[in-house]
Amino acid sequence: MVYITGFGIISGMGCGAEETWATLQQGRPVIGKVSFLETALRHYPAVEVKKSNADLVRLASLPEDKIYSRTFLLGLIAAQQAMRMAGLNTAQGILGATTIGGMDLNERYYKRIMEEGDKALRRQLASSFECADCTEQIANHFDIRTHVTTMSTACSSSANAIMTATRMIRNGLADSVLAGGMDALSRFSINGFNSLEILSPTGCRPFDQQRNGVTIGEGAAFLVLESEKAATGKKIYGEIIGYANHSEAFHQTASSPDGAGAIMTMRHALKTANLQPEDIDYINAHGTGTQINDLSEGNAIGTVFGNKIPPVSSTKAYTGHTLAAAGAVEAVLSLLSIKEQTLLPNLGLENVMEELPFLPYSDMRCEICDKQPSQIELNHILSNSFGFGGANTTLIIKRV
Amino acid sequence: MTYINAIGLIAPQGTIEDGHFACVEPVYKELINPVQLRRMSRILKMGLGASSICVNNLSEAKIDAIIVGTGLACIVDLEKFLVSVLDENEQGLSPIPFINSSHNTVAAQIAMMHKITGYSNTYCHRGASFESALLDALMLLGEGEAQHVLVGGIDEYSQHYQLMINEERKMKDAVIGEGAAFFILEKERRENSFAELKGVHSFLMKDDDFNNNDAPLIKTEISSFLQKHALDMADIDLFVSGKNGNCITDGIYDILERDCFPHAETLYYKHLCGEYMTATGFALDMAARQLKGQKEKRALIYNHYNYINHSLILLQTP
Repeated sequence: MVYITGFGIISGMGCGAEETWATLQQGRPVIGKVSFLETALRHYPAVEVKKSNADLVRLASLPEDKIYSRTFLLGLIAAQQAMRMAGLNTAQGILGATTIGGMDLNERYYKRIMEEGDKALRRQLASSFECADCTEQIANHFDIRTHVTTMSTACSSSANAIMTATRMIRNGLADSVLAGGMDALSRFSINGFNSLEILSPTGCRPFDQQRNGVTIGEGAAFLVLESEKAATGKKIYGEIIGYANHSEAFHQTASSPDGAGAIMTMRHALKTANLQPEDIDYINAHGTGTQINDLSEGNAIGTVFGNKIPPVSSTKAYTGHTLAAAGAVEAVLSLLSIKEQTLLPNLGLENVMEELPFLPYSDMRCEICDKQPSQIELNHILSNSFGFGGANTTLIIKRV
Repeated sequence: MTYINAIGLIAPQGTIEDGHFACVEPVYKELINPVQLRRMSRILKMGLGASSICVNNLSEAKIDAIIVGTGLACIVDLEKFLVSVLDENEQGLSPIPFINSSHNTVAAQIAMMHKITGYSNTYCHRGASFESALLDALMLLGEGEAQHVLVGGIDEYSQHYQLMINEERKMKDAVIGEGAAFFILEKERRENSFAELKGVHSFLMKDDDFNNNDAPLIKTEISSFLQKHALDMADIDLFVSGKNGNCITDGIYDILERDCFPHAETLYYKHLCGEYMTATGFALDMAARQLKGQKEKRALIYNHYNYINHSLILLQTP
């Protein structure tokens, strides 16, 4: 058994579980203009954490005379919340996830370091360019000495971190592991998605017929996972009972239209959880709002769940796509849903995709569900995270 | 039990180019579809090349998982895209370097090439990257979730990395290298098995902890790791030392060689492959080949990267 004894989150919806839930309850998107990121693409909406780096440094109680990457600051704040909740000062491992690490520092200082040869600055920032840097700084903050590592599998990174942490505990390698992900908004990511022509000019609308791409968000979320032994006597917020990871081996940036990778992954996760499709009470979809993802994932859900599709929604229209953090962010949202026994609606829907074999749970009525949402008991939540390179991961969280 | 049943290596062979060890690369078009080859970044060619050599060496195994450890991963393409963002005012950028900059590109392309639809993961954590990948592979085989796991350690030389390392006093005098080492791990022992992979352990030391009095701590880590495998230091026949030429941080290797493994043969390797974040991939290749065909020998690879990421890999004759 692997229990969740703490969790932390910071995103455009706020800092910490309470603020996040309050924003979720308002049921409207926080997608808007960026105010801290300096980008020529500021006309594209995004979901920004409305705090300056200086605010974040104070929030994390760090010394104010050093340079920190925004990605690290977000990660540390989420990790601090999770550790505090679990009542831990340290852990036996940390699995961090990021796609771009300290990219915000790269963007600011790259030229000065590389071309002007500012050696003092280079010495100070040398390692912040690496994925490992954020995780390692968090590890040092909590004096975590073993099982310190970082995963980078694009947008499924932190789902993989949670999955691997669960496996490590099941394998008896550790009793307490901090697992999650972090990514700050960056010109790099926004431009990357724009260069692929999948950045939404109007704000993402997952599963809508007129969906026009991704809205990038920033944020971090961490879970504290503990073995049964370590969690004894503690408040438990959920249990990770199912997980799977499959490579689709189809295309570098696209998923297959029939969702073969997603089908394998969801079925395998159900198997590890020892559940049938009808046992799932809600699916937190990857649902990025791109043409390809939503079609592929929608078809896959149809194939796996047949005529017993539980309520499905994507929460990307709340948080934006927080890239490596997405899996952990959505795990935290799922935990909040379980705690409050409340479904999170899919925002931004006007006309549901014609090809979709279900109606997403939204402000609209959940017409094809067996039960009305008000009668639903949330015991098992399935959460999907899919990344470039066909990196598919599914987690199943159980109410305890 | 887990066996190393095939190896594919692309590595330098002790030849220095422009002040670093550069890989002697195979003729890629014999290994990779030439049409695809043109658009590939160098690290991708190295990864596909080494993994193909590995898979070709054991064609009867149908690979069902791919795990890659890479310290800097696709940082060269990441920088290329970053420079275009900075220089071109965020307009009309080519998506190719962005696509190639996703750190799991190597694993994803290997999966596509060898039709691996099982487990896939990528670890990017400096000197713990390859070790994390190995540990994951050991877990996966133990769980019965895969039977034939392809696991690799890969990093390429870049000027950026060289510039950063130049500022690091704990890396002074170390020659930077690169390499791609892939292995097929299986539960089943084969006639041509190189070695049995017994275990992996890594630990982190704080950067500011650095002093020469850490030896007792590191010795304790080693003995408790060996104890978990019911061994002690005297059982080690081959000590694989990660000395890289830095006079400050090489000391620990000498201390361990003298105090813990005086009876063992010592094997050095960084004079051949150079220092890089996944150099233990090269070390594993070397140690496994050394054990092949011998009787009842055990090898311990101890490495530290920048005296922060420390790791242990234990092997024995199959």
